[in-house]
Amino acid sequence: MTEEANNATPPVTSPGRPDFLTVRDFDFFYGKKQALFNVNMDIPEKQVTAFIGPSGCGKSTLLRNFNRMNELIEGVRHSGDIKLLGQSIYEKSVEVIALRRSIGMVFQKSNPFPKSIYENIVYGLRIGGQNSKSVLDEAVERSLRGAALWDEAKDRLHESALGLSGGQMQRLCIARAIANRPKVLLMDEPCSALDPIATVKVEELIHELKQQFTIVIVTHNMQQATRCSDKTAFFYLGKLIEFSETQKIFSNPSQKQTEDYITGRFG
Amino acid sequence: MDPIASHAPDFFASDNAETSKALSRSLGNRVLSTVCVGLSLLTLVPLISIVVLVLKNGLPLLSWSLFTSLPPAAGMAGGGFGNAVLGTMVMVGLGLVLAAPIGILSAIFINEYDPSSRLAQAVRLVAKLLTGIPSIICGVFAFAVIVATTGAFSAYAGGVALAVLMLPTILLTSEQALMGVQSAYREASYGLGATKFQTIVRVVLPDALPAIMTGIMLAVARAAGETAPLIFTALFSQFWARSLSEPTASLSVLIYNFSTVPFPHQIQMAWTASLVLVAFVTLANISAQLVFSKKH
Repeated sequence: MTEEANNATPPVTSPGRPDFLTVRDFDFFYGKKQALFNVNMDIPEKQVTAFIGPSGCGKSTLLRNFNRMNELIEGVRHSGDIKLLGQSIYEKSVEVIALRRSIGMVFQKSNPFPKSIYENIVYGLRIGGQNSKSVLDEAVERSLRGAALWDEAKDRLHESALGLSGGQMQRLCIARAIANRPKVLLMDEPCSALDPIATVKVEELIHELKQQFTIVIVTHNMQQATRCSDKTAFFYLGKLIEFSETQKIFSNPSQKQTEDYITGRFG
Repeated sequence: MDPIASHAPDFFASDNAETSKALSRSLGNRVLSTVCVGLSLLTLVPLISIVVLVLKNGLPLLSWSLFTSLPPAAGMAGGGFGNAVLGTMVMVGLGLVLAAPIGILSAIFINEYDPSSRLAQAVRLVAKLLTGIPSIICGVFAFAVIVATTGAFSAYAGGVALAVLMLPTILLTSEQALMGVQSAYREASYGLGATKFQTIVRVVLPDALPAIMTGIMLAVARAAGETAPLIFTALFSQFWARSLSEPTASLSVLIYNFSTVPFPHQIQMAWTASLVLVAFVTLANISAQLVFSKKH
């Protein structure tokens, strides 16, 4: 992995649109319970945006709305809009399955399929109808290299994915997600089930990945947010309290609630 | 007297009341353990007795010719039950062809598509009720539906009766198998852009398959041994079956017939047929465990 990623703060690159993924006046309800209140934000392209906040503040809820995974739960509804590259993800013409191929997700607890490493990675391609061996082989190598897992996995591609260690499994899930070449990569507390060494490897990976993908990461770990992200959004009780450059949030927050959370007065 | 010392526990219990209480607790513990072990051993007795009895009485006549010959006429020696073995296999197979798709697909509906709907709840309830149905009623049902309408006893009717018998078991064990698949796998699949159908076919079913096959094997093992459903659907036959729409021999009915006649040779054959049936059922169960066990 790149040496400078170990000790430098992430450089604030701005190579793309500031409004790559936008949220407008977004409310979200689980049945009668409102979980998100009037959220407005613009997530920039090819940067890492972190969502922080205490448990139950709505950060995972919002994340899971970006790829409409919340629709798998019964009784949910929303108002307001979320747009990817200017197009609403809720438009009738948008197929949810195509959306989920454009917006990939890595879950808190790694969940590789009980299949071989190879089959795990090509799953997203196969369900899209791609079965040509040469294309799949190329995708497997590309994704495993992209997830810094190629050297460890190249000799056991057809062995069960469940034989990997915890950290390797999570990197496999990342490889699986990026095999689809998504535009956005959503990561829901990807390191919370990993040991410190595996965590470091995943964080280094995030630095590399943001050159190709827009990344949104939910994290409980404020040090991780400082290390990994360019921008940070602080949520509390379903509301977006503050959203700006990570440096600013952690050194000079505008809102008192943000400051209280960061200094550990609650949460 | 030192007040503290008089209440301190003494390992070498010199106090008689303490000693007898401790002894009775220990005794009660040992009695209960003994009773549990004894009763567990007792449950093994019927199983072992059956196996020993069937082996002892059935082994003498056991030979390959039994599987290739037809049943002997009354009072005659020799012969075999090849047609009965074939008939059992054919009718259980027919029953499976009907019951397995219906059972598995219904289980997929009630677990994957709309578990809380009224239809799913009704299906679950009916399946549980059907497991308690006396097997003879399955035969009566198949009689009314197939035999009475076609005017003939047949292997088809026997197959339908066995299908009704197997369906609830297959449905309920398949539902359990599907419930055993981690929801994390489904989430991962949807997150990669799969449809529900793709998720079921590529992730859920392959993972649930070992448990589903075990359920099917258990249903098969039970159906192979049932007599009542076949008595007035497939009847019996002394000959090799030429088609599926005529009375067909089966091992269970053969055992029933031969054990109630006063001819020693026939009774002997009944024992041997019982041995074959028990062996088949045991093999089906063991293979279900071995072949379809999860290798995680």
